[in-house]
Amino acid sequence: MTPRDYWYCFLGVQKREWLRFWQQRTRFASALVRPLLWLVVFAAGFRMVLGVSIIPPYVTYITYETYIVPGLCGMIILFNSMQGALSMVYDRELGSMRVLLTSPLPRPFLLLTKLLAMGSVSVIQVYVFLLIARWGVGVRPPLEGYLAVLPALLLAALMLGALGLLIATWVKQLENFAGVMNFVIFPMFFLSSALYPLWRMQEASPWIYQMCLLNPFTHAVELLRFALYLRWNGEAIAITLGVTLVLSALAIGGFRPQRTRLLGAHLG
Amino acid sequence: MKIAARLATLCLTFGLSTPLWADSLAYVSNERDNTISVIDMASLEVIDTIAVGQRPRGILLSPDEDVLYICASDDDTVEIFDLATRQVVDTLPSGEDPEQFALHPNGRHLYIANEDDALVTVLDVETKHVLAQIEVGVEPEGMGVSHDGRWAVNTSETSNMLHWINTETFEIEKNIVIGARPRHVEFTHDDALLWASAEIGGTVHIIDVESLEEIHAIDFRIPGVNQDRVQPVGIQLTSDGRYAFVALGPANHIAVVDAQSYEVLDYLLVGARVWQVALSPDEKTLLTTNGVSGDVSVIDVDKLEVVKTIDVGRFPWGVRITLGTES
Repeated sequence: MTPRDYWYCFLGVQKREWLRFWQQRTRFASALVRPLLWLVVFAAGFRMVLGVSIIPPYVTYITYETYIVPGLCGMIILFNSMQGALSMVYDRELGSMRVLLTSPLPRPFLLLTKLLAMGSVSVIQVYVFLLIARWGVGVRPPLEGYLAVLPALLLAALMLGALGLLIATWVKQLENFAGVMNFVIFPMFFLSSALYPLWRMQEASPWIYQMCLLNPFTHAVELLRFALYLRWNGEAIAITLGVTLVLSALAIGGFRPQRTRLLGAHLG
Repeated sequence: MKIAARLATLCLTFGLSTPLWADSLAYVSNERDNTISVIDMASLEVIDTIAVGQRPRGILLSPDEDVLYICASDDDTVEIFDLATRQVVDTLPSGEDPEQFALHPNGRHLYIANEDDALVTVLDVETKHVLAQIEVGVEPEGMGVSHDGRWAVNTSETSNMLHWINTETFEIEKNIVIGARPRHVEFTHDDALLWASAEIGGTVHIIDVESLEEIHAIDFRIPGVNQDRVQPVGIQLTSDGRYAFVALGPANHIAVVDAQSYEVLDYLLVGARVWQVALSPDEKTLLTTNGVSGDVSVIDVDKLEVVKTIDVGRFPWGVRITLGTES
């Protein structure tokens, strides 16, 4: 296998994901409705709540809408990654994943490529959301921030995709996605700095604060927040990168075709 | 300093904004800390904090930018603060409880509002002689002098009036009733209009200087902010007649007003209880003093965006920005 083969495969997987994204435009639109409702309806009620304290990366007072936007970017990636990773598992026998896995290229490469392809589609949704937030709600990070946040978005997408893949290998039925929502997505989202700054959590309860600190989603959201405002956050980068590596290794190692066959037989 | 002051005068004469030198500084009076904070306008950092008299509120730069006049309200004096040595070098007899004042363009006649005595004291800053004491309404507060030096206007908080004082005779020529608790006045650069804020009324009133009649009143409504928190205080007008910036007190916002149509263009979020505002001589930056949150917000005038908020002392009140010197 030459590097050219790897590149060809990489492009192929990306292209397929993009075509799928293009064909499912309504799904894309509905995926944007959720964060937009949070931004326009939920955040509007708390508009002035945060105007009492300045926390990095911000250098002045901000509205709640401004605060919540990086967290909602994280939310888009979180939901997409979980849904995408779960569908990967159920695709294994019946869909395109089966064809993909017959490729002679190493499986870790194939899975990572697939995760990155899903991530890049999420990134597009995040950018559309950021543009709506800018023109519709007046959340205006510096223009350079839109570029600086790109690697942060891809890293967060990879981390959450790997987590989704890891969970998906243990989920036996598609209906269990509701369980994933309740036990993974909601706790990860709510027990993070997406909706409230950590000092607010600390005020409310030291336990909740500790759980927020242990939640990798918190660090992914802070990475997005700092990148969007052109500030360096070494801690968030190190934790998000470290968790991505560990989760990727676990997810790829745990992705077994044997298990898939059993599942396929069960489903069949 | 002298060259800088001359350049500023020249630019104002031709209606140009003045370029800011690298060592331009902002001075902020901290009412509760009895200090002056010095902010470097290039780095936007506090570079010095100096102890002054008790309860410093209104501050003013002399035309040559050599000294800063400080109303030390609880000491019942106006202090002269030397900007080169950063020390209080002298005091002026101001009358009781000076809060706001305005300097006549001649650089000598200082008009001081004495809140407790319902008086305006006119003082010669060179001879330290009191030239006149003019009886005005109850609780005089805001003071402004027109750029041509013809009018001095005082606001009285309880009487809800603007008192128009002839600066040659030191007599009141007209009283105008405006909204409740008038706080601050500002003449347009051509002296055609006067803008006056009414704190409790929640309005800003535009007065035609020739007829001395009110021609317009501006209301402010900020989405998500209770109307009774909208309390306009400080006003600044750009020399090109484009914008007016109005500090809205406990509403924690600065209103950006189109100075021609009087339409409110935007509300910019700043710190808690924003009180006074100052434009830099180049009119590219606006500083706001946020009393309750103890900081100063920096607004980029071209972008109409708050770019930074800087911690100063407790209850910052007045703010002035120097042109700086050519190095």
